[in-house]
Amino acid sequence: MSEFQQLSQAPPPSTRGTRPRAHTLRAHTPHADDPPEHATLSTSPFGTDHVPPVRTIVLDRPPEPVRPPEQREALRPVASAAGPERLRLEDVSVSYGGASTLGRRGANAVRSVSLSIHQGEVLALIGPSGCGKTTLLRTLNRLTELTPGARRGGRILLDGEDVHDLEDTALRARVAMVFQQPNPFPMSIFDNVAFALREQSRRRPRRPELEPLVVDALRRAGLYDEVADDLHRPALRLSGGQQQRLCIARAIAPRPEALLMDEPCSALDPISTGVIEELIHELRRDLAVVIVTHNLAQARRVADKVAFMYLGDLVEYGTADQVFEEPRAPRTRDYVRGAFG
Amino acid sequence: MSTLVSHPISAADRSGIGPRRGRGSSMRTWRWSDRLLLLAAWAAGLTLCAIAAAIVLYMGYRGIQYLSPELIFSRPQASLTQAGSGGFLDPLLGTMLLTVIGVAIAAPLAICSALWIVEYGRPSWLARVVESGIEIVAGTPDIVIAFFGLAIFQLHLLSFASETAEGGGVTGRSFLAAGAMMSLIALPPIFVTVRDGLQTVPSHMREAAFALGKTRIATIRRVLLPGVRSNIATGVTLGVSRIIADTAIVIVLLGSTLRISPQPGGAPVLGVLKGLGSTLTSYIYENSPAGEGGAPQKAYAAAFVLMLFVLALNLVVERISRAQARSSGFVTAVEGIV
Amino acid sequence: MLGAVALFACLCVLAMIALVAQRAWPIFAHNGLSWLGSGGSLKAQIETMLATSAHPPASAFYFRAWPIIYGTLLITALAVLLALPLSVLSAVFIVELAPLRMRRVTVRVVRLLASVPSVVWGLIGILVLVPFFDNHIISPSERTSVEGTVQLTGAGLAPAVLVLAVMITPIMVALTCDALGAVPPAWREGAAALGVNRMRAIRAVTLRAVRPAIVAATVLATARALGEAIVISMVSGSNFFAPRPSDGLTFLFEPLRSLASTIVDYHEGTSAPALSAALYACALLLLFSAFALSVGGYLIKLPMRKYQTRG
Repeated sequence: MSEFQQLSQAPPPSTRGTRPRAHTLRAHTPHADDPPEHATLSTSPFGTDHVPPVRTIVLDRPPEPVRPPEQREALRPVASAAGPERLRLEDVSVSYGGASTLGRRGANAVRSVSLSIHQGEVLALIGPSGCGKTTLLRTLNRLTELTPGARRGGRILLDGEDVHDLEDTALRARVAMVFQQPNPFPMSIFDNVAFALREQSRRRPRRPELEPLVVDALRRAGLYDEVADDLHRPALRLSGGQQQRLCIARAIAPRPEALLMDEPCSALDPISTGVIEELIHELRRDLAVVIVTHNLAQARRVADKVAFMYLGDLVEYGTADQVFEEPRAPRTRDYVRGAFG
Repeated sequence: MSTLVSHPISAADRSGIGPRRGRGSSMRTWRWSDRLLLLAAWAAGLTLCAIAAAIVLYMGYRGIQYLSPELIFSRPQASLTQAGSGGFLDPLLGTMLLTVIGVAIAAPLAICSALWIVEYGRPSWLARVVESGIEIVAGTPDIVIAFFGLAIFQLHLLSFASETAEGGGVTGRSFLAAGAMMSLIALPPIFVTVRDGLQTVPSHMREAAFALGKTRIATIRRVLLPGVRSNIATGVTLGVSRIIADTAIVIVLLGSTLRISPQPGGAPVLGVLKGLGSTLTSYIYENSPAGEGGAPQKAYAAAFVLMLFVLALNLVVERISRAQARSSGFVTAVEGIV
Repeated sequence: MLGAVALFACLCVLAMIALVAQRAWPIFAHNGLSWLGSGGSLKAQIETMLATSAHPPASAFYFRAWPIIYGTLLITALAVLLALPLSVLSAVFIVELAPLRMRRVTVRVVRLLASVPSVVWGLIGILVLVPFFDNHIISPSERTSVEGTVQLTGAGLAPAVLVLAVMITPIMVALTCDALGAVPPAWREGAAALGVNRMRAIRAVTLRAVRPAIVAATVLATARALGEAIVISMVSGSNFFAPRPSDGLTFLFEPLRSLASTIVDYHEGTSAPALSAALYACALLLLFSAFALSVGGYLIKLPMRKYQTRG
């Protein structure tokens, strides 16, 4: 065997050295009256004689207090404030297979889902990975048609009109989508937000007409303050959280009726996630919001209604309180309690 | 399957999986510029396909019409008539000889340069200079390279490489001269493919070799070079296809004689290398109305043979890159070669 | 040691510039930079140079190369103008609109066409296109209109531009197709989700995203067209005439010559020192224009860079 082959079968050496064992870290300045350090350390690889130095954490801003549960509840208005029904799904099924797998029940990505989505409330689709949540979401604006071989059954009604009979561009102008990975176009911030406004209309609107709409969309997305100084910066230079908010601004600029969000925070850090969750609270006043998330804690924070999907079936659908506190189906109970998924 | 296709596409149908796609956006809502773009794209695409088909079919037709085995295997003869002027064996041999010389010079140079760039590359401004140099060579017109060859090989320093006339003037034309310039033509493709191949070698390979105590040179020889074997093959094939396609260098530096005329007096192989000759490309040029003229049939036949070579080389490149893409990961690529 | 070998290419470039400049020096010495302009009959000047021997008089170095510079610019500009929209639109067709089987076949055929030798293109031009123009396109009235100045033989500007355009199109199509295929699907999905129709999404997002690749492809194609000697030599009529747009449509059929085709046509005359210097001067000009092209391409791509970096 050549040396090359011998090497190629060796496992790659780890590029990082072994991590030092964690010490408990406390943010404090040492004081003469403090008890000796070694007594407070939970693990000490050096034995009780050797005292490792105390590490001081310096924060550049004071830590924000975690809001107590009662206050968090207060942010969410009561479900009865929900507005008119925007989207209704009747017995919707989706399959991605080739023709040979059609008809076999096992091959459908989504099976016979019926739901109702109202303006003013957030519907969270929860469930383990690969259970059809994203497929169902993408069916709502017929984005599954981009995949060759995708087939759909059942009816989806947008404000009473069958989605099948609408033009796909008209449908997507009314039902907007935000993706998991932020995908701003390689243009300036302004051009990104104005994109839908420019390209959806028959005649091209001019800059003075677009500016107030762009600024309004950025404000509603909570991004305006951070980018107001230069709207013509390239969008790809923004941070991840800013890019996602830009995508939200881009989606809501043409004033859609519903907003679909496919795990919008999964690629973001916790602070950006918090910002976007607050955004969702405000956005749902004007829109019907459907959010797919595999993060149960996020679903608890954000949702008014929850639909639990498992392997393509809609197992349970109800208000957030009901699904999380008193789930009816045993599978829901197991999932919510973390038994699987 | 047929029952599903004939399923009526009605919104009231709820029993099975229904239609594949709903109503698309009607072109009535499109702007004029969109419709124009669609039309223009279709027109351009179909035009390109038509031109490509026409060329391929026409060359094939003419080639089959005029090509015969004796053309490939008989030597050209000076003759006043078409029937007596023989075939193009000598130009064919000339093409092969030039290719061998060109690749023999270019491949080691290109591989060494690529190795240096990827493995060493210090100082970085020097690496940039080297890469820019190769880019400039790649972008230079072949006629300029031909005249550069003429300028170099007409120096008395290099009179050993070609013929020296009685007056003391070095002609600068020979297989060696042409082959040396062909190596400049073939250098960029080999360099680029080998460099890209080396850059995709995962770094833990090198680190593992170093950890085992191997020197850098030994790592290169035993670990890296076998790994980029398919890249080298691809690069060499691309270089060869560039060499056989080149005409200007041949016309200027090889003399376009009817037959391979080695330099009189001297060792046989060296005589051929220092002598003159022709290749398929210069043969086509000379036989067309632009050259001495008169024999378009021979030109078509030679062009057909040349196109077959180009086609074969293209298929080889496709095979190699498909084999490389198919193998999952670096390890199995090497095992596939070994 | 490897580093010394790696410098070989740079040494070649430097040696090339040095030697070509040295051989071209007499032209600059006798004419200054005005050899780039026009004056007198270029044909007569070349023939004078051809007839000179080892020590030509200073008058033999008189050289005004504008007709062939003009010919080069004309052919290159028209060929690229023709090839650019054809290539970009064909690439859009192949990647976005064509059915799958057609796409696979077309891509392979385009790659094959890109490696066809230039002499084969020239052969098709001179044996098919030129007689076609001579017999079917050029009318007798057009011939008589320029009878005094030049003879129309079918070989001229139009066939040269057509063959050159078809020659450089496959290269551009191949590069643009690769670039279009590399556009992240996230952008296409994003555009579709915003409710824009297909062609609009292609125009507003995809084509914008591949602008640097299109510039690179154009620079490559222009460099190829600029230095193309064999095809022009075979198809352009080889006449030191500068086509006149004032002639109307006949302008397209007038013969001409380019820098590269002149060099190839007179390559045997390098034993005459004056002609050799003139040819090397043309080669130097070609060398610098290829260089300037790549620098120009880099400068054009520079402002596009800031929108391309992925966060």
